[in-house]
Amino acid sequence: MFTFTGSWYLVLAAAIFAIGAVGLIVRRNPLVMFMCVELMLNAVNLTFVTFSRMLNDVGGQAVVFFVMVVAAAEVVVGLAIIVAIMRRREGANADDISLMRG
Amino acid sequence: MRVEVFTFLVAGAICLFGAFGVVLFRNPVHNALSLVATLFGVAVLFIAQEAYFLAAIQVIVYAGAIVVLFLFVIMLLGVDRAEALESDPFTGRRIAAIIGGVVLLGGSLAVLLAAGQRATGAESATAPLDPALDDVERLGRVLFTDYIFAFEITALLLTVAVIGAVVLTRRTVGDPIDLVDFPEGTALDVWEAEHALEDEFDDEPEGDIADESAVESADDSAGDVADDEVVS
Repeated sequence: MFTFTGSWYLVLAAAIFAIGAVGLIVRRNPLVMFMCVELMLNAVNLTFVTFSRMLNDVGGQAVVFFVMVVAAAEVVVGLAIIVAIMRRREGANADDISLMRG
Repeated sequence: MRVEVFTFLVAGAICLFGAFGVVLFRNPVHNALSLVATLFGVAVLFIAQEAYFLAAIQVIVYAGAIVVLFLFVIMLLGVDRAEALESDPFTGRRIAAIIGGVVLLGGSLAVLLAAGQRATGAESATAPLDPALDDVERLGRVLFTDYIFAFEITALLLTVAVIGAVVLTRRTVGDPIDLVDFPEGTALDVWEAEHALEDEFDDEPEGDIADESAVESADDSAGDVADDEVVS
């Protein structure tokens, strides 16, 4: 019989992470790609909090705090780049922006 | 325990539906709203695991700030334009992405389920979740002692992000983008043009509208200068 343990949270987090990773590759809209990155970050946050509780360690929650800060900074700079590109070019998706061979 | 199972099932379902919505919806606004659903579900799961402060931060920072930022940019670009950014990826890429996602999920599940409880490692001896302290105090103590250096670097990171955003979105030389949609200029320009006409009717010899051309042609009266501007 299944017993409810923290592993269920980890399974859910793995599922969200996989969905975000697939979306990041499948979608070509830079805005939606950023949202998929947020999904993956949230899945990792959920994993950290779950391990923090299972291992009785508050360090996991501290790491989640820092991940949130980095995610906020990343979104600010990323959206600024998108706005700057859209101002120059009409309708460029992630495949068109290949000047830097990324 | 039964309450936690119920909470987990409901919040987990919200999370999964939101995650699928982010990937599958075509309209960027719907993607953003699905993202809110997922973030909310994760916040509920945080509360279920007694991380109350992080749940509050999750709602405030993610749902309150980041998603609103996404919606602002979608609004700035225009929904139709933001939607037109999408292009169908190559079929091979889509298939490869789905295969990669299944492999990723299968690998993590295999590790988790095969290891069982041993996947969680050893319990912490140095930074325990002390039940005597409340959630905010525990996190605050560890942030300002063990993680103080990272915490201060965070301030630097946020400053760099703000400066970077300002520099990136600053207008450089060239026609502003508004001239495409508003060839007559901004609302301020229209207002100034209307007041230039009023000054002409006032028939003052020295108006506020005198500019370099008035200085160059000193023998012309200011009214003629304004007249020339209106004609041209």
